[in-house]
Amino acid sequence: MAIILDKDSKIVVQGFTGSQGSFHAKQCMDYGSQIVAGVTPGRGGQTHLDRPVFNTVHDAVRNTGAFVSLIFVPAPFAADSIMEAVDAGCSTIISITEGIPVIDMAKVKRYINQQTLSGREMTLIGPNCPGVITPGQCKAGIMPAFIHKPGTIGVISRSGTLTYEAVDQLTKRGLGQSTVVGIGGDPIAGSNFSDILAKFEKDDGTDAIVMIGEIGGSAEEEAARFFKEKMSKPVFGFIAGKAAPEGRRMGHAGAIIEGGSGTHASKMKAMREAGIIMVENLSEIGETVAKSRRPLAA
Amino acid sequence: MKLLEFEAKDILKVRGVPVPPNGGVIKKTVQLTAALKRAGQAPWVLKAQVLAGGRGKAGGIKLAKTPKEAKEFAKVMLGMDLATHQTHGQAIKVRELLIEGGVKIERELYFSVVLDRKAAAPTIIASAQGGMEIESLAVEHPESVIRMSVDPNVGLRDFAARRLAFALDVPMDRVGEFCRVAKVLVQSFIELDCSLLEINPLILTPKGVMALDAKIIIDDSALFRHPELAKTADHEASALEVEAKKADISYVGLDGSIGCMVNGAGLAMGTMDTIALAGGSPANFLDVGGGADEERVTRALKIILKDKKVRAILINIFGGIVKCDMIASGVVAALRKIKLQVPLVVRLQGTNVEKGQEILAKSGIPIIQADDLWTAAQKAVEAVK
Repeated sequence: MAIILDKDSKIVVQGFTGSQGSFHAKQCMDYGSQIVAGVTPGRGGQTHLDRPVFNTVHDAVRNTGAFVSLIFVPAPFAADSIMEAVDAGCSTIISITEGIPVIDMAKVKRYINQQTLSGREMTLIGPNCPGVITPGQCKAGIMPAFIHKPGTIGVISRSGTLTYEAVDQLTKRGLGQSTVVGIGGDPIAGSNFSDILAKFEKDDGTDAIVMIGEIGGSAEEEAARFFKEKMSKPVFGFIAGKAAPEGRRMGHAGAIIEGGSGTHASKMKAMREAGIIMVENLSEIGETVAKSRRPLAA
Repeated sequence: MKLLEFEAKDILKVRGVPVPPNGGVIKKTVQLTAALKRAGQAPWVLKAQVLAGGRGKAGGIKLAKTPKEAKEFAKVMLGMDLATHQTHGQAIKVRELLIEGGVKIERELYFSVVLDRKAAAPTIIASAQGGMEIESLAVEHPESVIRMSVDPNVGLRDFAARRLAFALDVPMDRVGEFCRVAKVLVQSFIELDCSLLEINPLILTPKGVMALDAKIIIDDSALFRHPELAKTADHEASALEVEAKKADISYVGLDGSIGCMVNGAGLAMGTMDTIALAGGSPANFLDVGGGADEERVTRALKIILKDKKVRAILINIFGGIVKCDMIASGVVAALRKIKLQVPLVVRLQGTNVEKGQEILAKSGIPIIQADDLWTAAQKAVEAVK
């Protein structure tokens, strides 16, 4: 079991023939992911990486049965591409693109909300994220596959390389992952921690979760509340940005302390008080999870 | 990107928001007389153009009743070091003054549009208690703070603008004008891709509504569709930060002594935190990006080394798609060009890590290697002691 993706996920790649799209689609295919189609407007009817290319997502979905979209479209056009995937009926959309204007994402969220209000179930992951991987089954993203290993730890993170760091530590201690989800570093994310925590809580294949947050916004505080009210599985937390000054953007568009809110201290406190096991030292994430499981294994 | 008050006001004026009579911006006192003339009759207001709130209390805003008084103020203010409670103990040099004509204030309101991350929508924050900072307003008069979410596809609807006007107790004869201005402000927020548009205070004058101050922050990701704004200088960035930006490297200067080069923003923050945890202090945030090749590593090293506070460098790279041996070759090639005068600690992890470590070890360049980040941070801290 896993969340969001499994071996049967049929994926269409938007921005398929671009350099990023081509490179990473190939890597995903090599991992065994079912990339069934690509979309590049104007190149419909061609074949790329042995897969059919379509002009529109609608054509791709109709002809191949794809229901997951993986998006590499450049930032100025990415919001429109996400909405195209929504309109074409994709139920899972993973947007890797970095640098989408925030107001565009506000419009995308509103568009998706209109659909979900009428009963449709849909998950948007990202943007500005490494994607999603269910180790051993399916990879839809840009993460290095080899550091992952199938298992029962769920991982959620706002950062790419920080996720790799945590996953690597887990794998090296023999702890595999059920699904690893990068929710992205932008101020408005398609899915927040709570949305993904809810999925992991329901998933039989996940028995603990590692959650990696960072300064900026209040998604971690909301996740802490969600954990306290709705979750039974243990969650391990790490928050990046303790050494970051207020008012400066730390690389990610969303990683900024504004008007005294979104601080490292506030997130640590909220999560700790809710009962999440907090890790202070980045290098000890794997060890902390491993230690907590030894008594069970013995 | 943050705009200065006069830049924000110029933009809003064109879009139909009333602002005080504008005498222009001066950089020298000799420009004052002409500016006063442009701003109309006395009194005049001299406003330091710096990116910090709390200017009034710190002496950055002065009301002059006569040209002589104005001249005295201008002399003091131009070149002064302004430290407000928002400048975090550091002073900002005042290089420009905005000269405005004084206006009659009947009441001060607070009006801003922010991006509410949780609601994923632009949100108006308003209060009948203007002039105060919103943070203290929210603490001292929480009941007076009104929040209203806006559909980014539509802007502020007429009925919503009216609700706002009545909630703020705007007198009947100015409700129409208030609604018009509120709608323009919200529309400006959306069309200009703002992440903040704050008018504090938005004043009621005997005849209408006016923006007495204006603060605008533009979403950097949206600058591609605002070429005119992309041209204005980023007042907040240091010279090094501007240089890094040109090289497509994400860099923020800090106060410490250990320069960092990391791939990925989250890991870069995590590296700073780990250095602090090990008892050191990071000199910068630096995300060298996904493709950390020789050229990028060289550029990043040059930027880090321009900061004279740097006494050791820690490179932390998690090789994913980009392989560690390629990165190691890049580091070695960069170091053959730049002769390092400070200790360098390198931590590589990920794809082809053994090959990468071997390249570093065989390079003949003194590089301190570490397998994990905690050890690397400790070694870097040790190196600056």
